[in-house]
Amino acid sequence: MDRIPILQLGRFLLVTIQVDLQDQTALTLQEDLASRIERTGARGVLIDISALEIVDSFIGRMLASISGIARVLDATTVVVGMQPAVAITLVELGLSLPGVRTALNMEHGMKLLENALAEELDQ
Amino acid sequence: MSDPTIGSMPLGNEQDIVMSRQQVRRLAQQLKFSLVDQTKMVTAASELSRNTVVYGGGGEMRWEVVSLGPRQGLRLAFADQGPGIPDLDLALTDGWTSGGGLGMGLSGSRRLVDEFDIRTAPGEGTCVTITRWK
Ligand SMILES: Nc1ncnc2c1ncn2[C@@H]1O[C@H](COP(=O)(O)OP(=O)(O)OP(=O)(O)O)[C@@H](O)[C@H]1O
Ligand SMILES: [Mg+2]
Repeated sequence: MDRIPILQLGRFLLVTIQVDLQDQTALTLQEDLASRIERTGARGVLIDISALEIVDSFIGRMLASISGIARVLDATTVVVGMQPAVAITLVELGLSLPGVRTALNMEHGMKLLENALAEELDQ
Repeated sequence: MSDPTIGSMPLGNEQDIVMSRQQVRRLAQQLKFSLVDQTKMVTAASELSRNTVVYGGGGEMRWEVVSLGPRQGLRLAFADQGPGIPDLDLALTDGWTSGGGLGMGLSGSRRLVDEFDIRTAPGEGTCVTITRWK
């Protein structure tokens, strides 16, 4: 079975989804991420979906539940790089991805995570 | 190689859901659908294929390139011989799911296409037909 690699970049975890995901692969990623956050104490997760040609309700639900799980484990998730055609379709499908933060690209996503951390340290 | 304009493939498991997406992408590209239209049709196919596998106990996807005068379109049918849908109005409501889904598959894919038709009867299965015109 395919397994999506998770990279560590300082206090953040990085996931690039490059394959047309099978449902089971998506579920496995969810579990792998949860245990990596727990093990590493990572404070942020970046999920790059720029190679994804569609996001259906299953993938949408996975992104929302990864964000939720990460939040409980004290990490912020940002989904980056959604293609415009995917975004248009997602909205028409009726998925609003509640609780999922998004950014245009990796760079913006990284900044968002760094800002979130910096704000926390200020308090 | 171009696909014949009519055909079918089995929908029995998760791998078949991935293959149905790929097949619909190929067909939509051959018809020169815009990228957004391709994406909508592939997304609708993904939702309906999954329903066929998960709730219908498996079945098949049939495709057909249809024309109306100068217009061409892609018609897909997702058919199973599963339990059927007892309350169709309910099933077509945004957010209603009998399982652990988001309940957006049927109602959402209906918004992604030009024509949407469901035939279902308790104990006799379900067939959802969608068409998108170029
Ligand atoms: N082929 C089918 N056979 C039997 N019941 C079906 C079939 N397709 C859909 N249903 C029923 O209709 C309900 C709504 O389907 P829909 O695809 O909208 O939502 P879902 O599959 O529950 O969640 P989602 O697709 O958002 O993950 C399903 O929960 C199921 O009860
Ligand atoms: Mg569904």
